[in-house]
Amino acid sequence: MPARRLSIVLAEDSLLLREGLASILDRAGHEVRDAVGDADTLLAVVRKEPPDVVITDVRMPPGHSDEGLRAAAAIRSELPGIGILVLSQYVADAYLSSLLESTTGGIGYLLKDRVGHVTEFLASLDRVADGGTVVDPEVVRQLLARRRDDGPLAALTPRELEVLALMAEGRVNSSIAEQLVVSEAAVRKHVGNIFAKLHLDDGRDRRVSAVLTYLRG
Amino acid sequence: MNTAWAALTSRRYLVSSWPWRSYAYLLSSVPAGAATITVLIGAAAVSALLSPILVGVLLLTGFPLLGVLVGIMERYRARLMMPAGISSPHAQMPQSTRLRERLRFRRREQASVRALGYGFLFGVFLWPLNALFAGVSLSVLGITLVAPFIADGDEIGMGPWTLTTFWEGLLFLVLFGPIWFTVSSYLLGWLAAGQAELAKVMLGPREDELRRNLADLRRSRLDLVDAFETERARIERHLHDGVQQRLVGLTMTLGLAELDLPEGEGRRLVVKAHGEAEAALADLREAVRGIHPRVLIDHGLEAAVREVADRSPLPVTVRMELPRRLPAPIEAAAYFVVSEALGNVAKHAQASRCEVDGWIVDDQLVVTITDDGIGGANPAGGTGLTGLVTRLDALGGTLDLTSPPGGPTRLRMESPCRLDD
Repeated sequence: MPARRLSIVLAEDSLLLREGLASILDRAGHEVRDAVGDADTLLAVVRKEPPDVVITDVRMPPGHSDEGLRAAAAIRSELPGIGILVLSQYVADAYLSSLLESTTGGIGYLLKDRVGHVTEFLASLDRVADGGTVVDPEVVRQLLARRRDDGPLAALTPRELEVLALMAEGRVNSSIAEQLVVSEAAVRKHVGNIFAKLHLDDGRDRRVSAVLTYLRG
Repeated sequence: MNTAWAALTSRRYLVSSWPWRSYAYLLSSVPAGAATITVLIGAAAVSALLSPILVGVLLLTGFPLLGVLVGIMERYRARLMMPAGISSPHAQMPQSTRLRERLRFRRREQASVRALGYGFLFGVFLWPLNALFAGVSLSVLGITLVAPFIADGDEIGMGPWTLTTFWEGLLFLVLFGPIWFTVSSYLLGWLAAGQAELAKVMLGPREDELRRNLADLRRSRLDLVDAFETERARIERHLHDGVQQRLVGLTMTLGLAELDLPEGEGRRLVVKAHGEAEAALADLREAVRGIHPRVLIDHGLEAAVREVADRSPLPVTVRMELPRRLPAPIEAAAYFVVSEALGNVAKHAQASRCEVDGWIVDDQLVVTITDDGIGGANPAGGTGLTGLVTRLDALGGTLDLTSPPGGPTRLRMESPCRLDD
């Protein structure tokens, strides 16, 4: 684990989970600058002094709807440099699509269960802090299962879909190779094919674009 | 056409219970009518006496309430001639506990005034008429029956005839009795049926009142659906804020424990426990979604339907054009229809693909779910759909299934998109 100390603002209305998260982040050597229980306070503390990463629950007081998500979108537009990691209890891409309006700065959307896999969770957090995109494997699986016979993914082979899914989770080639038990060269070849088939050549980070293009569609 | 009229044209009329029902209806009108007119005249007299001190005028305004009482009595009595009864024209009382307000509400109803009118008609005109006809008819019938015995000792005059012996009386009974019974039964039958019909016209609901009662009924069913919806949302919130959070907390703790524990049996067990806790969370997430999907509340019908479609094992094309959010009970009903339908398609239809379409036309939400499966779906078979039909019914909507053998199967749901009418 890279010994980098991130300054983090945590928004979670359940005291139990807030403390659990704080203690995990604490042990990893990060600084939990503020731990708040509602979206308004979250916005206030972030505006006062921007942290490296904001971790927020989707459902928050006062409406217990998607206040956390809306706060995240507000932060996104006001302070685009901040990494945002959204934790949700649901596998729902309806929440995801509203997050993906902008691609500057890191974005993550994880199921809360994922936090329990401490090492992976912390790795995801680092990727978000570095400006990467992390989408929960469960959500990715659901999205990849959709409209297999039409849409942009129709051209991809099952293996390429697998690779794309792992890319969406924010993994690098070596990690994908390890997961699929193939050589890194093979992964590079697959990734190249995916970019070609999805016509991704817009100058942005193509790994992120590959995932986002699809998720938006 | 009620059953009294049908009975009158039936060949079995004379041997049925209907002649006797007619007698009972007409004769019971005598005490009822007498009581009605007594009360009405009494009340009128009292209010006339008290009118100089204004109380009488106030009493007068209470007269329609007497009409309500007459209506209750007469609708009850009419069951003799109309087994189906006459339904009440009165509106449902407002939810006010104060007696005075309830009385005022009834007093102002047009149906009450109508019933009062019937009371006067009944008290002044109908019951004396009935007493006359039924009384004479019944007396003649009775005397004819006992004529042989009376004639045995005495002589009796029956119209143009004078009977002096038992045998003459018996002959009269056998010859005249059936004729009189037939004639009077039909006469009284028509009279009674006519009066019951009059009572129905005056004491039953008018068309607008029927429509209003129907609207009342619909409103109360809507309330029920609403309560159901609220309860579902409450349960969902409790599970989400309580059990789910605790399980997530548990997985966090177990995750941390895994990091701390050295390789060995203890760590293996903690990892296993972690896996089980996650499985429980996944199950719970599924259950919570079945109770009330959060996406539906937050993002509306289209987003929620896309979620269900994404979870379906077969490819589902969703085309929805909904320009605005719909009332929550309608969104929920439509969502559960789609969810149930896609579940059925996956389970039974042997389909390779499925389409969900939704649009709004003429203030109606129409949603269709079409698959390319084997068809032959039985609407009575799916218990899940039956409950949805009830829900839709309460919203004023319909659910229609066409599924010829060989397919395709198409489920079509229609529902008004507004509830405020």
